[in-house]
Amino acid sequence: MSAEPETRAEEQGGSTAPQEQYTLKVRRFKPDSGEGPYWQEFEVELDPTLSVLDGLLQAKDREDGSLSVRCSCRAAICGSCGVKINGQSTLACLTQIGEAHEFANRRPDEDGEGEPKPVVVEPMGNMPVLKDLVTDMESTHWTKIRRVTPWLLDDGDPPERERVVPPESMVDITQTIACIQCGACVSACLSMEADPDFIGPAALAKAYRFVGDPRDVETRERLWDLAQDPHGIYDCTHCFACVDACPKGVAPMDQIMRLRRAAGHDEEIKDKNNGHNHEAAFVNIIEKKGTLDESLLLQESYAPGVAGKLIPKPSALKGLLGSIPTAIRGLRSGKMRSLPKLIPGIHPKLPGDAQEHVKHIYEHAEEHREEVNLYITGEEDVVPEPDEEELSQPEVSTGPKENE
Amino acid sequence: MKLAYWPGCVSRGFTTELHGSMALVADRIGIELVTLDRANCCGAGVIAEHNQELADTLNARTFALAQKTGLGMMNICSTCQGAQSECQQRLDADSQYRAHINEALADEGIEYVKDNDDWENKNFLWVLVEDYGLDQLKAKVTRPLSGLRVGPFYGCYVIRPKHRLGYEEHPERDLYLEQVIETLGGEVVEYDGARKCCGFPVITMNRDTSLRQAGTHIADALDQGADCLVTPCPLCHLNLDMQQPEAAKVVNRDLGLAVLHLPQLVGLALGFEPKQLGMGRHIASTEWVGERLAGVPA
Repeated sequence: MSAEPETRAEEQGGSTAPQEQYTLKVRRFKPDSGEGPYWQEFEVELDPTLSVLDGLLQAKDREDGSLSVRCSCRAAICGSCGVKINGQSTLACLTQIGEAHEFANRRPDEDGEGEPKPVVVEPMGNMPVLKDLVTDMESTHWTKIRRVTPWLLDDGDPPERERVVPPESMVDITQTIACIQCGACVSACLSMEADPDFIGPAALAKAYRFVGDPRDVETRERLWDLAQDPHGIYDCTHCFACVDACPKGVAPMDQIMRLRRAAGHDEEIKDKNNGHNHEAAFVNIIEKKGTLDESLLLQESYAPGVAGKLIPKPSALKGLLGSIPTAIRGLRSGKMRSLPKLIPGIHPKLPGDAQEHVKHIYEHAEEHREEVNLYITGEEDVVPEPDEEELSQPEVSTGPKENE
Repeated sequence: MKLAYWPGCVSRGFTTELHGSMALVADRIGIELVTLDRANCCGAGVIAEHNQELADTLNARTFALAQKTGLGMMNICSTCQGAQSECQQRLDADSQYRAHINEALADEGIEYVKDNDDWENKNFLWVLVEDYGLDQLKAKVTRPLSGLRVGPFYGCYVIRPKHRLGYEEHPERDLYLEQVIETLGGEVVEYDGARKCCGFPVITMNRDTSLRQAGTHIADALDQGADCLVTPCPLCHLNLDMQQPEAAKVVNRDLGLAVLHLPQLVGLALGFEPKQLGMGRHIASTEWVGERLAGVPA
């Protein structure tokens, strides 16, 4: 594979393609050396439209054959070359080196006259590093994928031929099927950074692939399992990092939110993590008050209906008690200085008839509960909005008009 | 400049100092704010977890109320920005869906219109950089924040996901806090947590995960020599400031770092005193920030 990067550059840009100098600053680790990880800079020269992976392979070819990076297709299909480039989890083959260089130099240099900053390449986060840019996908990614039972659980009786499902029901899970198991979302996951046991974006997106599949018969069991696990669907901190990292538009966080809708709203699973309680409390408070009553939310999330004489669960009581020091500090500092902010339920409603309109919206939305998946529908308005004149016209007949 | 103003829930609940300082700053720099007092909660992504159509309709109502004023809309909460942008993206993507949502608004005599006179909903941070302008802001600075080392903390919703938040037109939206800090004369502290999650969304579900995130970022900023953090998100403020003593227990080290709301940082540079900006109401002491600036005459 020697000289391959040059050949590829020539293929894509011809001999006239502009060659630019770039510095790659690579985080390296040699497991057999007994030393910790270290940084090494490589000077590479290639067309700006070629990829960071091309740059790494050139460095490997020309400077240090021991530089390790996993790769195969080089076309964002196989999902092998997940890395962090300038701190962003992505595929090395999908990132143009010219763009990565620009990104690294977006902020002006502090003294204004330094050298351009290098393109920083690191192994993926949230998983062990085997060598240089090669991470151990088995111990983290694949173990978590297996955690969600990633196969179809059917009713046991094999059909005579195939199982027939309406195509539109499969469209719903197309987005998760697009996953190429590259691990970029796992690398980017900010919940997993704080809680390594979090099942994580890739595995939960995979879980939705089966929860949303009409042939699967254990939907409720799957949701129950993922809702009750303290590191399951309610451990996602809703940070969108996986959405930005995914090279295939799977939007794992969107799938986690769909799992929550299915668990909480459809299956009414009351999880021990307060996930459903929190959501239900939030939704109810806005229906009654229009804006958020934070004290009531706190109370209702941990101990719903405590005012209505229900006894909170021990786990909820722990959470409620845990929040008391914070409340006392709030009182002392004046943050919660006025009574209405401390006593749950005193928060004012919206002025005038505004609250009635909010209530009306609730009725309207609960009746339909439509969902729009932009992955499937796209973002363009195909049908132009009719103007008012057209709207006031009676039903248009397809026949010729009278005066024609 | 005149804008329809959505203050959000938390700025009128647990962080009134944000609402108060925003009013002072807007007045001082000449932005007239028309408060949308009939508007409702954005749902913070939580209502969308329950029923996406409900969240979309609630926010369509807020947009419609803002459009009725004939003014652009400003929010002061990263979470509002993110939740509202998400709903707006779905509303704008499908005319039939939009018409369906508008049915629910008809009895109030309002309607959300796509591309209505280039109507936009922008966080104060975006308004400050894109519409007000950093040059004009610089001209209003009477007390440069000289020597004040400020760590930016964006809040996820105002910077991610990139495909939704207007990066095509405004590619530097995830650099604005740094630009504002420098415009005000302060020094930017680079640290790991600037664009990470404060952990607030899971505080009632997984307290340890939540507080570990907040504590780690505060510790990182302290290690890089920050005098304070600044954030455009009051929910981040709750986890970074109100929960800071609890976060300290989880990460097992002393913290103690002032966390300012964006209008407070701007207000200091405009010459307001910390007390006027409600900085005494924070949990993590802001006294150090006041001391650092005491030498600089307002």
